[in-house]
Amino acid sequence: MIRFEDVSVTYEGAAEPTVRGVDFEVPEGELVLLVGPSGVGKSTVLGAVSGLVPHFTGGTLRGRVTVAGRDTRTHKPRELADVVGTVGQDPLAHFVTDTVEDELAYGMESLGLAPDVMRRRVEETLDLLGLADLRDRPIATLSGGQRQRVAIGSVLTPHPRVLVLDEPTSALDPAAAEEVLAVLQRLVHDLGTTVLMAEHRLERVIQYADRVILLPAPGAAPLLGTPAEVMAVSPVYPPVVDLGRLAGWSPLPLTVRDARRRAGELRERLDGRKAPRPAPASAAAPEADVPAPRVPMSRAPVSRISAPRRFRRGRTPDTVPPGVAEVRSLAVRRAGVTALRQVDLGFAPGETVALMGRNGAGKSTLLNTLVGLVEPSAGSVLVGGAVPHRTAPHDLVRHVGLVPQEPADLLYADTVGAECAAADRDARAEPGTCRALVSGLLPGIGDDTHPRDLSEGQRLALALAVVLTARPPLLLLDEPTRGLDYAAKARLVTVLRGLAAEGHAIVLATHDVELAAELAHRVVLLAEGEVIADGPTADIVVSSPSFAPQITKILAPQQWLTTAQVREALA
Amino acid sequence: MRSRLPSREPSRCSGGRDGGGASQGRESVPASRHQRRPTLHPGAWWLWSLGLATAASRTTNPLVLALLVAASAYVVATCRSRTPWSRSYSAFFKLAFAVLLIRLVFAVALGSPVPGTHVIVTLPEVPLPHWAQGIRLGGRVTAESVVFALYDGLQLATLLICVGAANALASPARLLKSLPGALYEIGVAVVVALTFAPNLIADVQRLRAARRLRGRPDRGVRGLLQVGLPVLEGALERSVALAAAMDARGYGRSADVPARVRRTTTALTLGGLLGVCAGTYGLLTAEGGTYGLPVLLAGVGAALAGLRLGGRRTLRTRYRPDPWGPRAWLVAASGGAVAALLTLASATDSAALHPGVVPLTAPVLPLWPAAAVLLALLPALAAPKEPS
Repeated sequence: MIRFEDVSVTYEGAAEPTVRGVDFEVPEGELVLLVGPSGVGKSTVLGAVSGLVPHFTGGTLRGRVTVAGRDTRTHKPRELADVVGTVGQDPLAHFVTDTVEDELAYGMESLGLAPDVMRRRVEETLDLLGLADLRDRPIATLSGGQRQRVAIGSVLTPHPRVLVLDEPTSALDPAAAEEVLAVLQRLVHDLGTTVLMAEHRLERVIQYADRVILLPAPGAAPLLGTPAEVMAVSPVYPPVVDLGRLAGWSPLPLTVRDARRRAGELRERLDGRKAPRPAPASAAAPEADVPAPRVPMSRAPVSRISAPRRFRRGRTPDTVPPGVAEVRSLAVRRAGVTALRQVDLGFAPGETVALMGRNGAGKSTLLNTLVGLVEPSAGSVLVGGAVPHRTAPHDLVRHVGLVPQEPADLLYADTVGAECAAADRDARAEPGTCRALVSGLLPGIGDDTHPRDLSEGQRLALALAVVLTARPPLLLLDEPTRGLDYAAKARLVTVLRGLAAEGHAIVLATHDVELAAELAHRVVLLAEGEVIADGPTADIVVSSPSFAPQITKILAPQQWLTTAQVREALA
Repeated sequence: MRSRLPSREPSRCSGGRDGGGASQGRESVPASRHQRRPTLHPGAWWLWSLGLATAASRTTNPLVLALLVAASAYVVATCRSRTPWSRSYSAFFKLAFAVLLIRLVFAVALGSPVPGTHVIVTLPEVPLPHWAQGIRLGGRVTAESVVFALYDGLQLATLLICVGAANALASPARLLKSLPGALYEIGVAVVVALTFAPNLIADVQRLRAARRLRGRPDRGVRGLLQVGLPVLEGALERSVALAAAMDARGYGRSADVPARVRRTTTALTLGGLLGVCAGTYGLLTAEGGTYGLPVLLAGVGAALAGLRLGGRRTLRTRYRPDPWGPRAWLVAASGGAVAALLTLASATDSAALHPGVVPLTAPVLPLWPAAAVLLALLPALAAPKEPS
């Protein structure tokens, strides 16, 4: 169905081809996953299927790409529109009309299908993707998962034989991601659609793949094989594969279920060993005396009436570290919608807290309130003794720093050097402070590199350095792992652990359960603007089917969170 | 085209999380799913509001104008849908208010040719050089001049509000569906460009917020200027991404037409436009009274034929186009009737529709024109409502 014959793509101004020697064939009706570290050219390969590379992006494509027998050399993207449906990373950039139903019909209108055919297919697609209740809704009012389903639906109505998806689940919470993947699986099973998709979060998608194409390094030839074969050699792999490699299982298990069936022996070996609970750096106390900043969920569910005071067991008041931030009965209403209500939270130095919950649960609003971008409608927020929205920006940066969802928003300058100099001035820090931080986080990046030329992970590190220049005791990160591969994520984890050890309080809003398991001492679950659970990571995630990391599911009822813990315990 | 979606197997369609609930709902209320969206042809709304605007241009009576505004506001409040476009009505209201204020400020500051005897206040007059004769800054402000400016501004504001009503009731995207095929792609470009304005505003807000995170002041003009470049970059990137997505979805696919037809289309369209220009010129100048109208009509005819022929190049079909039914006729006719009746009234009873300023008189509400304006409320009954 899709055939690449010795394809290489060189963009204009680039010395080396972005991808080289790509040669594979995807048969009809298969779901094929394209994996590899950031920057190996996954998006380029996907773009070549729809003809956008090179017709739209420019550059030179050598070799031949054929889709359903049509050569992309002689067919422009619009002439492939009836056989290839493409959904990019950002569904919002994809929408042409403003209501769901019109969006589903748009592609068919362009192809000139008869009105009665269009009508039938729109109804069928609404049912297939579970969008019937949303048909008249303006697209702007939909949630992330709904938008992604509308985007898929909009390319599905012309009945393409090939579907190309770039990171369809990266921006979604675990439940919405499962929703989208269930739809894709149904398309493959029921309609025989060929699906080619790229995704960083392998733990979500690997079990659905029939085959995997691995791009191991920039410019290296791709490797094609069954998921188990490719995962055995891949530089990127989900936690379940990591555990499988650690335990020496062969063939490698790819799903939690497969791994559980093999894990009996491993569970026995681990029996009696205790999972090292991550504890905040400031708590040098023995493990039994882990400071519980809030009542753990298993003991008493946090309710609205729980006192906003910080509850500590077995600690005398004089040893209580001063909190870096206090949130008391906070409520935020924006445009008539209650974004947060009755939120009581405290953050201690050296503590890493993961804020989790659905898309739209209020995570970003809470972070924005802590940096004073949003004014509370009721209740109070104190960060280092200051009221964020009333504090002048140049004072506030010394108390709290936020790395936003788009780290590039923080970067203005043309070069890394100029960015660092500006950051030093903004924070009134010693000249060279930011540059030293950048060198620590991003070794080998020159002063004259343009921030735009950095990869996602590098840009995040630069933004982090800029924020850290003012040494804020409270550091907030909004979805830091979006678009990061496993290696970049591991580097981020190391950096953040180091910062927590230095005494920074870190709050992450994230959908990434593996990251939370790896990093957080404490998890706060939000739903519809309320805190529904707050306690040590192990207690919270173990009890939740959608927020439990893979290792926890595999080794339940024992409470292990990450492969690293297991590796340490076995050593 | 073969149908590959499993339409014969309705049980397949209930797998998704939402799908289950939706299919259950369908079984219990089978009729509600295939009911047409209650929409009216957007052209009808535009005709209606243009009729109201025409009526507004025929009178300066503040009571009649206020009645026109109230009628249009009532219809908008009852008939508008929940699309983002419908929120533009309040923006038009604010704009109209601003226009009214500006008109008043000009009348006060620059004086007015209306002779008046009731002096409200005398502003200090700025002496101007002799070449600026005829312009006055400051000086006497008379009640007559202010009232005249108020009537005048109110008329302009009413026109704006009528256009705003059309905008809120019929989204430009829906009007697009009624464009001839040859113009469709230009229309899409215009509508996409329009939707970029809200996105730009969102970008500016986000980037100003980001300035605060860097410890720079986020308010003031300087902050706005410094985010300008990143905002434009972002807008450019987004439009490129959208263009790629549209291309991949078949935007701009065209059918093969013989070269002869293509050439005829170009000739007809260009010739038609030239004819329209020449005809209009002829109509407006004194000498061209004889040839003006025929040339204009011929030009319009040629241009329409060109558009029709050009439509052959596009493959596009329309999904659920809005039909022009009896309700659309009613709505358009109510606007037309208001325009016609007020034009008639202004011709027969000019005094009631143009209350005098010198000497100052209190305006009275003329009975028959007011009754005619109430006809504009007909769409509130005739137009289909959005389900709430």
